[in-house]
Amino acid sequence: MDEPLNLVLFSGTDDKLNAAAVLTAGAAALGRPVNVFLQYWALQAFRADHIDADHGLAPEAGTAGRTAVDALRAAGQASWAETLRQAKELGGVDIEACSLSMDLLHIEQADLDPLVDGVEGVTAFFISAGAGPVVFI
Amino acid sequence: MTMTKVDQIVDARGLACPMPIVKTAQAMKGLASSQMLEVLATDAGSVRDFQAWSRSTGNVLIEMTEEAGTYRFLLQKK
Repeated sequence: MDEPLNLVLFSGTDDKLNAAAVLTAGAAALGRPVNVFLQYWALQAFRADHIDADHGLAPEAGTAGRTAVDALRAAGQASWAETLRQAKELGGVDIEACSLSMDLLHIEQADLDPLVDGVEGVTAFFISAGAGPVVFI
Repeated sequence: MTMTKVDQIVDARGLACPMPIVKTAQAMKGLASSQMLEVLATDAGSVRDFQAWSRSTGNVLIEMTEEAGTYRFLLQKK
């Protein structure tokens, strides 16, 4: 069995979340387990009431980056949330909210999109991570 | 075009990476061993992706053709 891919999502902009969703879906398609741990602004982006909102782009995107991302959307390409939903359909993808970030941002699990499987601490995340790589985005 | 019997077709034309592979992996789950899946894609990265995916998952890439920017992959479930 492959070691899991472990993604710590910190940034809440659409470009970084999309990059993370693509990595997740690619690994899941290979049958590799994926653990996603949501912290800070990434966790904020998973709130049910604004998961499909515009979360902006990283500063280096600039206006040209904005135009390129808008064109992808206009062409009907899947959003990061939709990509994650498809990845979860394949199985083996577990998305957990960081309990500290939940407290910090005053978020309850009921506030989160159903993509999020649960809430856990960093120790539980590392136990799930095993010997697999941990990627911080 | 071969005359191989295809059990299911995934039309992933127009979809960006990684969706062609994701849709393929989803469709494969519903097939029985040795059934055939045909995938159509326009994402140029899918050529390398399908080769790697088939090697890693054990599903056999029987045939790969390209015509006017559309890639056609014929896969057999392991």
